[in-house]
Amino acid sequence: MAVKLKKMEKLKNQTNSNYSINETDIYLRYTGRKKLVLVVLVCLIILVAIVAVNAGSMNLNLYQVIQSILGNGSNVSDVVIWRIRLPRILAAIIAGAGLSVAGCVMQNNLRNPLASPSTLGISNAAAFGANLAIIVFGAGSISSTSTDAVTINNPYMVTVSAFVCSMIATMVILLLARIRSFSPEAMVLSGVALSSLFSAGTILIQYFAQDFQIAAVVFWTFGDLGRIAWPEVFILTCLIGLAFIYFMFKRWDYNALDSGEETAKSLGVNMERVRQGGMLVSSMIAAVAVSFLGIIGFIGLVGPQIMRRIIGGDHRYLIPASALMGSLLLLISDTMARTMVAPVVLPVGAITSFFGAPLFLYLLVRGYQKK
Amino acid sequence: MILSVNELAFTYPSHSVLQEINFSICKGNFLAVLGVNGAGKSTLLKCINRVLKPCAGAVFIQNDETGKLSRREIAKRIGYVAQRQESVCMTVYDAVLLGRKPYIQWEASKNDLEITHKALKMLELEEYSLRYLNELSGGEQQKVVIARALAQEPNLLLLDEPTSNLDLKNQLEVVKIIKRVVRNQQIGAVVSMHDLNLAIRFADKFLLLKNGKIFAAGGLEVMTPENIESVYSISVKVKEIDGIPVVVPV
Repeated sequence: MAVKLKKMEKLKNQTNSNYSINETDIYLRYTGRKKLVLVVLVCLIILVAIVAVNAGSMNLNLYQVIQSILGNGSNVSDVVIWRIRLPRILAAIIAGAGLSVAGCVMQNNLRNPLASPSTLGISNAAAFGANLAIIVFGAGSISSTSTDAVTINNPYMVTVSAFVCSMIATMVILLLARIRSFSPEAMVLSGVALSSLFSAGTILIQYFAQDFQIAAVVFWTFGDLGRIAWPEVFILTCLIGLAFIYFMFKRWDYNALDSGEETAKSLGVNMERVRQGGMLVSSMIAAVAVSFLGIIGFIGLVGPQIMRRIIGGDHRYLIPASALMGSLLLLISDTMARTMVAPVVLPVGAITSFFGAPLFLYLLVRGYQKK
Repeated sequence: MILSVNELAFTYPSHSVLQEINFSICKGNFLAVLGVNGAGKSTLLKCINRVLKPCAGAVFIQNDETGKLSRREIAKRIGYVAQRQESVCMTVYDAVLLGRKPYIQWEASKNDLEITHKALKMLELEEYSLRYLNELSGGEQQKVVIARALAQEPNLLLLDEPTSNLDLKNQLEVVKIIKRVVRNQQIGAVVSMHDLNLAIRFADKFLLLKNGKIFAAGGLEVMTPENIESVYSISVKVKEIDGIPVVVPV
């Protein structure tokens, strides 16, 4: 993009002598390129989704897949496509978008590039909730299947418990922030404190647990997109969709916040309200995603950071771009997790980090696009 | 009357910063707020646009009390340039467009883009429009934030030490621009300053703050060596060189 900018400046210098080319036109071309990046990301997601729907331990050819999607498939391929692969792919796209966009808003609201659902204790709180449900309330048990050694016999209880605990963590942070008019730094630090409190709780619970319970809990913590079916996909889509619309309404406020709190206030932004709303909504979608899917780290941190380096910090484009990058990362990771050592499905949380960390380090070393 | 401040007071839990502040300015006025570090200059500016909430008193902008206006409404009338700027990775055009924030509902309109363009032009920033803010020099950055404040189409500009980090040439340039905008657009400006020479040369009204109170306020007549000495605790002489008033410490 930097090269293209230079080209545009050059074009402007050349044309200046002949006729005036407006700064606004150049700017609109510049933002047009950002829109193009969004389109490219959408195309990539569609492409990977096509690969993903064709990939898997059940060998279906493209014709069978298309027939099945169109409703003319055989019983077996219908089950594989409609009950296993499609919900999984949609879950990756939606949860990836949700986690990444939550990280994007948190990084802005807390003015901290490290802010993400994991930093604020949401993931650890959810893990604690899952531990509580599986070990204390007995929602986990062993049953051997060919792929998973462990199953959780009451997944809804685990999900609700994980969600309640992560919302408690969020509420405590927001309440402290409200009562003591916390600075963003204090909010991040209290998130870290809560995070360690919940992991300590988890350790204590696990200490008194039996082997099979610990196995179930560890299995839950890995994060697995195969856990959810259409109803959960529907819930995730609605919640993350609404949150996305909310964030888009606030995108100018987030841009103003980047220029400093005093400047944002002077530009008419009600800082307290924007921050509380942003943190509440982003925490909530992260909590829902983590509760349904288990812990999928790194997407919330790395998705927005990658896009910030590619298209800059303008939240008009950064919010949708972060969402798309999150979708893409999680979809690729999950497809790799399913296919690398099929029929074993590797924990997607680990793959996201394996895949995302080197990419992120590369971008970090290379610096921002402008250079 | 653009701005009128009545009995304004601001207190931090540990100490009082401003007390009994009363003054007003009209269209085309350039008011320099002067005083030593910690006299309350920045706090006064922030209390005017409610970045800080005053503890007592009232501020009226065009006869409306700011306490009764929404933040957005205040932002449409008062442009503010903070003392310190964040070094952000944002293009100059985006930074100035942000000044249209109080007016933008969903997306920037053609009118918003036009006003942004005008503000860029006014500060001669056109060629920088796609440069990143954190790649600009201090003087250029200062111009960008002033352009942003102007894009708000305010009736009043609040500038907190706009020249403090600039070299001599940029100091003069920035203050001249402010003076020109204030005169041409018939808006008011309240500018906190450390440089008495710039203040006395370009401002037409002065507010001398001492220990959070107004020590003296008025036109050029208040800038006497005695008043300056009382406020800054140094002896000075006020002279004219080629018709330009200067303050020289002696």
